[in-house]
Amino acid sequence: MDAVWSAVSKLYGEYGASQTGLTLINYDMEKGFAIIRTTHIAIKMVRTALASITKVRDKPAAVHVLTVSGTIKALYKKLENRLL
Amino acid sequence: MKKIYADLHLCPNLRDLEQASNIIKKASMLGYRLIAITFPLNAKEEEIDKIRSISREHKIDLASRVDLKPRTPKELIYNLRKLRRRFEIIAVICESKTVARQAAKDRRVDLLNFSSINPHGRFFDAAEAELASKALASFEIDIKPLLTLEGPARVRLLSSLRRETATAQKFHVPIVISSGVSEKFLMRKPMDMAALAALFDLDEFSAIEAVSKNPMQIVKRNRENLSPRFIAPGIKIIRKGKDC
Repeated sequence: MDAVWSAVSKLYGEYGASQTGLTLINYDMEKGFAIIRTTHIAIKMVRTALASITKVRDKPAAVHVLTVSGTIKALYKKLENRLL
Repeated sequence: MKKIYADLHLCPNLRDLEQASNIIKKASMLGYRLIAITFPLNAKEEEIDKIRSISREHKIDLASRVDLKPRTPKELIYNLRKLRRRFEIIAVICESKTVARQAAKDRRVDLLNFSSINPHGRFFDAAEAELASKALASFEIDIKPLLTLEGPARVRLLSSLRRETATAQKFHVPIVISSGVSEKFLMRKPMDMAALAALFDLDEFSAIEAVSKNPMQIVKRNRENLSPRFIAPGIKIIRKGKDC
């Protein structure tokens, strides 16, 4: 999450970061995916910030958005379809 | 209709076929259906065919591209005459104003690319956009520097891109967003590339067109022009033989 916060703050500053309401809901280390909650008004900002991440703890990394959903329940359904 | 996404600027090391294959595979996984790989000016047909067959294995369409970096307008014209019929996409990396102007007005140029991060080294202004709008050139933006630069350098680049995209839209010059990467960890999904375009105030609709419709149109037009049926703009052979 540090990498995400850092990317948001770098691009939009502390004021922008405060509007995102970022929270980590779930992180699956084995499958390499995370679920992040954000306010709907900040989706574009967060998406842009995620795309701008090139390193996590000084190692090259990329973050791709798999899917976006309004509720966590619907998100898990969409993820099941994508990851199966 | 489902959108087809394209990345017209991938620069893998063509001597390392495994790396090239990995990049093509990654592009396919990210949802691209058309990619263009930059080949050297003296690339042979066999080299291009080898990469094309790798792309076919990964169910992705490949367009051959060449990046011209001429020092003078004369050199640009010479290279265009020599290479236009050999490559599907011709991009000009404009490093001087005279070259940029010549590239913008020449109908054989597909993409105008300004690689300099120095605002004084970028020549996409109103005059350039007006010339490009009368010809067929599109304005290409590489995402790579946005990912690799940090701090004041990125701020300056964003400021230049904001001004240039506004100019391009004002003069109806198509914008193409490409990755311009040689490493796979810098590759992004088409929608993420469109999201990054929000950093220089390109609206969502235009940004999605810049990774789908605009690059597809360039490749479609050039493939028609390069086909043996093409005679001149608007004229092509429909049928051959005695019943004509």
